[in-house]
Amino acid sequence: MQSTARDFKHNAHEALVDPNLQDSLSKLKVGFSERRRQAAERLPEFEALRDRARDIKNHTLANLDFYLEEFERKVIALGGHVHWAPTAEDAQRIIADLCKSVDAKTIAKSKSMVSEEIGLNDHLEALGIAPIETDLGEYIIQLRHEPPSHIIAPAVHLTKDQVADTFYEHHKALGFTKRLTERNDLVAEARYVLRQKFLEADVGLNGANFLVAETGSSMLVTNEGNADLSNTLPRMQIVLASIEKVIPTLEDAAVLLRVLARSATGQESSAYTTLNTGPKRDGDLDGPSQYHVVILDNGRSSVLGTKMQDMLRCIRCGACMNHCPVYGAIGGHAYGWVYPGPIGAVLTPQLIGVEEAGNLPNASTFCGRCESVCPVRIPLPGLMRHWREREFEQHLTPRAVRQGLALWSFLARRPKLYRRLTQLANRMLATFGKVEGRYRSLPLASGWTRFRDLPAPQPGGTFHSQWARQRSRTRA
Amino acid sequence: MSDARSQILNGIRRSLHRGELSGAARTAVDQRLADPPHGPVVARAQLPQPEKVALFCQWAEANNATVARVAAPEVPAEVSSYLARNNLPAAAAMAPSPLLDGYDWASQKMLSLRRGRAEASDQVSITGAFAAIAETGTLVMTSGPDHPVSLNLLPDTHVVVLREADIVSGYEDVWALLRARYGKNTMPRTVNTITGPSRTGDIEQAMELGAHGPRRMHIVVVRE
Repeated sequence: MQSTARDFKHNAHEALVDPNLQDSLSKLKVGFSERRRQAAERLPEFEALRDRARDIKNHTLANLDFYLEEFERKVIALGGHVHWAPTAEDAQRIIADLCKSVDAKTIAKSKSMVSEEIGLNDHLEALGIAPIETDLGEYIIQLRHEPPSHIIAPAVHLTKDQVADTFYEHHKALGFTKRLTERNDLVAEARYVLRQKFLEADVGLNGANFLVAETGSSMLVTNEGNADLSNTLPRMQIVLASIEKVIPTLEDAAVLLRVLARSATGQESSAYTTLNTGPKRDGDLDGPSQYHVVILDNGRSSVLGTKMQDMLRCIRCGACMNHCPVYGAIGGHAYGWVYPGPIGAVLTPQLIGVEEAGNLPNASTFCGRCESVCPVRIPLPGLMRHWREREFEQHLTPRAVRQGLALWSFLARRPKLYRRLTQLANRMLATFGKVEGRYRSLPLASGWTRFRDLPAPQPGGTFHSQWARQRSRTRA
Repeated sequence: MSDARSQILNGIRRSLHRGELSGAARTAVDQRLADPPHGPVVARAQLPQPEKVALFCQWAEANNATVARVAAPEVPAEVSSYLARNNLPAAAAMAPSPLLDGYDWASQKMLSLRRGRAEASDQVSITGAFAAIAETGTLVMTSGPDHPVSLNLLPDTHVVVLREADIVSGYEDVWALLRARYGKNTMPRTVNTITGPSRTGDIEQAMELGAHGPRRMHIVVVRE
């Protein structure tokens, strides 16, 4: 996927004035986060499970090569195939070759963020193979030629009316001539249209929430059942997963499943959790006759053993973005690439470079809500801070910012001068703003005053001078 | 070893500043796989069997399934009656399982059953369940000649016959049952764990039932 992360500021400005987007985002702020809170409260063991989930992921990452090899061994033993893809291009080529080997015309896809990461759909379309997204949200945005705006709710930026327009436009050719207005009718129409696609598809392609080393199983968590249809009806199943998706055992999966659904949607359990292991067996009446797993690295292995390794614990629940004030204000598209929100601000510079995505870790107030809800306790603000430091070290920050920081650090190291200057500025702002008590505009501070007034300082001087007075009073 | 494979695995080892696992480190991970440690126990499902059954029913209903509790001889009549109550056709695709064949379906003269996998035109399916999880009201289905996966997914209505004795506390108990049935390192092609009917929240985060899988799920819990 082509990144527009470089244009983050521009993207964010556009997002703030988009009425449909703001309407959709206002629902997000109360929806997911409130439901997560209730689900966590219903389960007294939730915090202990989060600790355990973190420990499981840390253990796996420290032994990642071992568990990947073990996973491969089990897949092969049950008649499946494992393909290793160091880069996005390798994964594209492997999947295209697999599709060609069965003369595939259409592929029923279920939602896979890794497939977005490697730009799979464009690649397959160029080869004349039609990938059909079957997750309802993904289907809607595929019709609209948009990228997902959220990792578990890809069409969360759209209103019901926008979905109705999209279906009316695209389903007309299939004989649906009425513009629908009710949600359940929209769902039913998509179900009908996509049911035909499932029945026709030659290949089913899905991601994985977990790969279980103990059994060689790929594990998928969904609510719609589309992933299950896509890995049951077509004759070939392809699983595309990145290296950090492997976990040791089914017992570990039990822990991770308990924190995943609750953190993501506030559900006790998602509707479908499915384990697929190898192709269909002798005597089975359905299921694919070929089972392939494509394991993608794409830069992840180089993060191991570094300060940034914690980001690989992520189980893609989306809680960090659901609770992020920045994501809540601008939505996912402004981030400009596949993974938005706090985890996107940490992953994207790693995957496509800090030169391209350096803006993202700056889009945070460091309020810490993301870290406080992360089911595997990723220290997201700390990791964003790390990227800011890298960006500064590589001289990628704009000159004005660098000069401002240099000036501030010059003053901060000279306390007397700092206090004298701030006292002076304080007095001036207090004097000139006395009448109104606020500034509607101020030179050099237009970034602030364009959107809100700057309050004039209250009488009494700076914090430093008030503190000094307070201390001398208590001593006396 | 393919180039791509060794490139990834060696890259991981380089980053972790070590070679292939050996000695005590290798023994430790082998041991962890052989005897998997359990996570924190979820207390709410640690109950005597009758209360476990009640907890399962409570959570299944909370997740939009309907539940009927009947004695074994009443199972076919309950299925017929459920279909009639909901104005559904008295015809179903049924899993060819010896367990289901143990019920007296012939007693339901109006009910027409076809044993096999689901076809696109099937409105109703009837299956058993390998196990069920009380903690969340979740059914566990294992694929095999006696249980085609398509029956869990294609029809609009899924009727599940579940024996009380097959209801367990949590996932961990299901894993133990799977290992006992299929062997430590073998799994059936597909294990579906299913909690209520299919659903989506993809339009304005409002939950709608019947996205791609069944719109209705009726669980007949069989007393023994």
